[in-house]
Amino acid sequence: MAKNEIKYLTAIKQEKPKKKFCRFKKYGIKYVDYKDTEFLKKFVNEQGKMLPRRLSGNSLKYQRKVADAVKKARQMSLLPYVTDLFK
Amino acid sequence: MSTGKNQLFNQKIQVMNNYELMVIFTPVLSEEDFKSAQKKYQDLIKENGGDTVASNPWGLKSLAYPIDKKTTGIYWILEFTGPATINEKLKIQFLRDEQIMRHMITRLDKYAVEYNHIKRNGGFPVHKAVEA
Repeated sequence: MAKNEIKYLTAIKQEKPKKKFCRFKKYGIKYVDYKDTEFLKKFVNEQGKMLPRRLSGNSLKYQRKVADAVKKARQMSLLPYVTDLFK
Repeated sequence: MSTGKNQLFNQKIQVMNNYELMVIFTPVLSEEDFKSAQKKYQDLIKENGGDTVASNPWGLKSLAYPIDKKTTGIYWILEFTGPATINEKLKIQFLRDEQIMRHMITRLDKYAVEYNHIKRNGGFPVHKAVEA
């Protein structure tokens, strides 16, 4: 019987990681405003780079819109192109 | 048949689009000059068959990075409707104007118009509307 026992080297994860969601779809946001820098800051890292979809959880449709908004904000000097210790 | 087609093309239907304009003026501009510049461009839009929806002068604001060796700028946002030909005419004037450091015209889709309308009138009743 001992041969049939399965032994794991590491403990099995019991809890499933929380599933990410697209906040635009969940809260019904249809338009990403390039003027709202406080909101756009949620989608960039400390260097002012855009976060990838696997981190932000956005759906492709809204990731594109966020990217456009961030780029517009950068052009109009509302967000920096490159920085350090942003936020 | 051909005349019918030509008629369709010759009909000058001016489709009105919604646009949003953002301009950064130089920070050395006085309050009066700022107001007269706003009026000048609003009149220009009216002359070209457009109309102002809302004007929102943000005023002096620090820039995220220096433009023309200046660290601040005077922001002005204007929402307007007009035919598509208006943008080229505006652009020429903006590039000629030495008071303007940067400008951008964005086309607004229907969601953007709705968003701006709600924002202007204060509050976001969107979520309530979904629940009800």
